[in-house]
Amino acid sequence: MSFDWAVIITNAKFLLLQGLIGIGAYGGGTLRLAIPAILLGFCVGIILGLARLASRPWIHYPAVVYIEVIRGIPLVMVIFWFWFLVPVMIGRPVPEYWVALTAFVIFEAAYIGEIIRAGIQSVPKGQKDAATASGLTYSQTMGSIILPQAIRNMIPSLVTQFIVLFKDTSLASIIGMMDLTKAAQTVSEREIRPFEMYLFIAVVYWAFTYSMSRFSRWLEVHMSPERST
Amino acid sequence: MLWTAPHPAWLIDGILITLRLAALSWIFAVLLGIFFGALRTVPFRPLRAIATAYVEFFRNVPLLVWLFFWYFGAPEVFPEFLRQWFIRHGIEIWSAIAAISVYHGARFAEVIRSGIQSIPKTQLEAGIASGLSVGQTYRLIIIPIALRLIVPPATNESLNLLKNTSLAMTIGVAELTFATRQIETYTAKAIEAFTAGTLIYLVLCLGISVIMNQVERKFAIPGLIARAERAEH
Repeated sequence: MSFDWAVIITNAKFLLLQGLIGIGAYGGGTLRLAIPAILLGFCVGIILGLARLASRPWIHYPAVVYIEVIRGIPLVMVIFWFWFLVPVMIGRPVPEYWVALTAFVIFEAAYIGEIIRAGIQSVPKGQKDAATASGLTYSQTMGSIILPQAIRNMIPSLVTQFIVLFKDTSLASIIGMMDLTKAAQTVSEREIRPFEMYLFIAVVYWAFTYSMSRFSRWLEVHMSPERST
Repeated sequence: MLWTAPHPAWLIDGILITLRLAALSWIFAVLLGIFFGALRTVPFRPLRAIATAYVEFFRNVPLLVWLFFWYFGAPEVFPEFLRQWFIRHGIEIWSAIAAISVYHGARFAEVIRSGIQSIPKTQLEAGIASGLSVGQTYRLIIIPIALRLIVPPATNESLNLLKNTSLAMTIGVAELTFATRQIETYTAKAIEAFTAGTLIYLVLCLGISVIMNQVERKFAIPGLIARAERAEH
């Protein structure tokens, strides 16, 4: 059997436009899911990370339980929970895209929350004391002193987590959302060329994740505190 | 509802298949990880390049894509005897083992590489100065120390592997998530079925991390763990 380039070329438009970007009759799209999921997951993650560090027990413990429970179950489980329960709860079917987006934000926020916590703990305590002593409030201290330094420390782990999230979006295909993986599945069922199809999308995924990790290495070098001082 | 036959049997079968899949994939993944992780640190550029290519390609593509690739795509280019072997021994589970091992092998390789790189270079030099070959120094000195240093991140990675076995349901392996969905399909009781599945995963993951905490304490090298953790960041 020889490698069939033609099947890739004829289907590339569908795979990239519909599967990757999400332009087409099916909605969905890997990037259209991944980008909001990363942004929202990051915001919820910051709140969770701060909550886990809070000294009030009624803020601290719910955050600990949330993070530990979510980190102990597979993402597929979380997706199924939303896929089967949300329609029951609100009484009407929900599009796959919104189920997937909610599940990803809920799931990834737990992991990002842990990264944020570690990042904040890596900032020397003296910084917080100094800010408080200068008369800054909690939100001013966090917003202008601690988080900017913490985020710089956690860029490598954050980008790694974003890469993981980008790869995880392929799981949206399990509930039928038309992403890159589902598009490849659809095409390979029609063309009976699974080897070429899956290898092709492997390369597409790789191109994105690898450039993200290169970018993270670049950021690490250009944003390291040694350089900016 | 969960206790009426045959549902408990489905769940137990699911747990057993999940554990079998996780254990077999873990063994292969760790072997691949040690091999390529060590290879990434050797003082010989072509070998390093091969290992880097393996790690960067396999860990940067979603596991689900690898599962589909190994299940649908790869068998058609396998030599005949290998394909026959796969079909005789259950093509679903062996495709899953192949995909999970190769993917997590690349991730273990990164863990092991960072472990090795946190060992001072003088250890390698001392080994060579004592008359050991590079291979012997790795086998007898570097890798044993690295394995003890990397217990915490390796535990994390092993838990990821366990959770990722749930993806094998997509190619028809009847593991725990598959069993949960099957119960849901037959009884239309989603909440009970997914609660059961979720709790079982939680117990498995928490159980493993408790055990690994003990292991970590037992195998800790006094004074060296702090350095490994710093190298992680």
